[in-house]
Amino acid sequence: MSTATTSIPETAAAGLSSAARRYARKKALRPYLVLAPALLITIGILIPFITAIVDSFSDLSLRGGEVTWVGFENYVDTFTDSRFWHSATVTAMYAFAATGVEMLVGITVALLLNEENWASKAFRTVFIFPLMIAPVIGALIWKLMTNPSVGILRYPLGWFGLGDFRWSADPNWALLTVVLIDVWIYTPFVIILVLAGLRSLPKSPYEAALIDGGSPIFVFWNLTLPMLKPVLYIALIFRLMTSLQEFGIIYAMTEGGPGDRTMNVAIGAYDKVFQDYDLAASIPQLIFLWACIYAICFVLIGLWRNAQKVSSGAA
Amino acid sequence: MKNQPIPLGRLLGYVSKNVLLGVYVLFALFPLIWMVVLSLKPDSEMFNTTFVFHPTLENFQVVLTRADFLGALQNNLIICVCAVILSMIVGVPAAYALARFQFKGREDIAFTFLSFRFAPEILVIIPLFLIYQKLGLLDTYLGLIWVYQLISLPLLIWILRGFFEDISPDIESAAQLDGYNWWQVFFKISLPLVRPGLVAASLLCFIFCWNSFTFALLLGGGHTQTSTVAMNKFLASDTVHFGWAAAAALISALPEVILALLIQKHLVRGLSFGAVKG
Repeated sequence: MSTATTSIPETAAAGLSSAARRYARKKALRPYLVLAPALLITIGILIPFITAIVDSFSDLSLRGGEVTWVGFENYVDTFTDSRFWHSATVTAMYAFAATGVEMLVGITVALLLNEENWASKAFRTVFIFPLMIAPVIGALIWKLMTNPSVGILRYPLGWFGLGDFRWSADPNWALLTVVLIDVWIYTPFVIILVLAGLRSLPKSPYEAALIDGGSPIFVFWNLTLPMLKPVLYIALIFRLMTSLQEFGIIYAMTEGGPGDRTMNVAIGAYDKVFQDYDLAASIPQLIFLWACIYAICFVLIGLWRNAQKVSSGAA
Repeated sequence: MKNQPIPLGRLLGYVSKNVLLGVYVLFALFPLIWMVVLSLKPDSEMFNTTFVFHPTLENFQVVLTRADFLGALQNNLIICVCAVILSMIVGVPAAYALARFQFKGREDIAFTFLSFRFAPEILVIIPLFLIYQKLGLLDTYLGLIWVYQLISLPLLIWILRGFFEDISPDIESAAQLDGYNWWQVFFKISLPLVRPGLVAASLLCFIFCWNSFTFALLLGGGHTQTSTVAMNKFLASDTVHFGWAAAAALISALPEVILALLIQKHLVRGLSFGAVKG
């Protein structure tokens, strides 16, 4: 964020009259009072988060019945279960593959769209459409497209003799198919951020670089990229955060299958609760996921703040 | 990039750039175009034609006259509008406080709001499911409106904070010298100045709420089924009428596409949490 400012000069309360001191105390409380409703509403909803942690030490189940405390049993069971580590691997592969491709394609397309020709201008208004569609609906559109009986994609694949390619039904290609759908939905998110970043860059350093005869690649690596860093971090934070917890796309497309090929942590936990009714047993893996996302975002937000300082200092 | 010395190189660069862009355009827009085509196809021509067929609006008619789908759209509308309004009532002052007041723990509180989005939705839903069951909030508008705050409130606060920070403090100081209280300054000076930001942020919150699936799937039910959930069930249960599914997908996506076009100018700033001055 840009530099913090305050319209109310912070006066030292010391040595003032008691009325002034009371006023100063009231003023010190004011931000917390203004923030209170928002915090209450969200913390009210996050109480479940704490009860979830408490429940994770019990054998609470949706089947009902006596609840007993089982200590760390659920945690031990989860972390010694090879199925959990499989789902953790799927989660990481899904998130890093999707985010990686989205960043690369997003930056490339944004650079192309930043040019002043008719194609770029025309496309600038429509490329965002996939992002505006609910991810679940997007996944369903692809489910139709890859459908073996009506799916349009069977034609081009047929030309290459791949007419019976089964996309998400093929165990070897299922994960790549859902990653492809994630890329289709969320690449516009990266494009829109990078494009906005590119268009708000100052002009003068570029003129200087042109005079010095810098090649386009040199200019990109040494000028554009450093100045774009804050925006890139924001895009990265949001893409990682949502793709690590992705549920809707995978649920709509494969529900974790075939077998457990696309079973990520979120889907695995869903199955445990709503198919096996083992509520408490599903919580440790979700807390693990939450801790990972928290740690990653904590680091990335720190990097983003630094990049923000550097780029606003340079500009 | 416009001073390539060799014309041939420049030509090649031009061609390859446009080919690259063309490939991405095809990838991004083709599924949507095909969706439109599919939705206009009559059932009899679904499997034996590609682009040449007798277009019909039958599919849309079927989807729209099926009361449950229209009801689902209405549910989604009620829940999302109420959720965004609630977010605005509590979120706008909060964003202002985070932008304007100097106080202990300011950055921590801001990060806390953002961190509400770190928790996997399922982790919140599982215990919430039990709590809602006890409170009778399962499958009610109120229950969903409340849980949607986790989606819309962090977004609204972080976007608006950037907009409030952009207002020159001098303007507010001047108003204060004229004898305004801080809340008078807030309502009469600052709020009107961030109106574009407020519009963008609330529409963006609306879109994210509208698209949300997990909360609505697991905490909603027969009475509060939203259009995303209805859509998913529609396709999962009916594998014969692909045209219906396509029409339903288009109908539920249309409001958002229109919204997106209307607010495109502000969307960028909103999506970047004010990091980009669009």
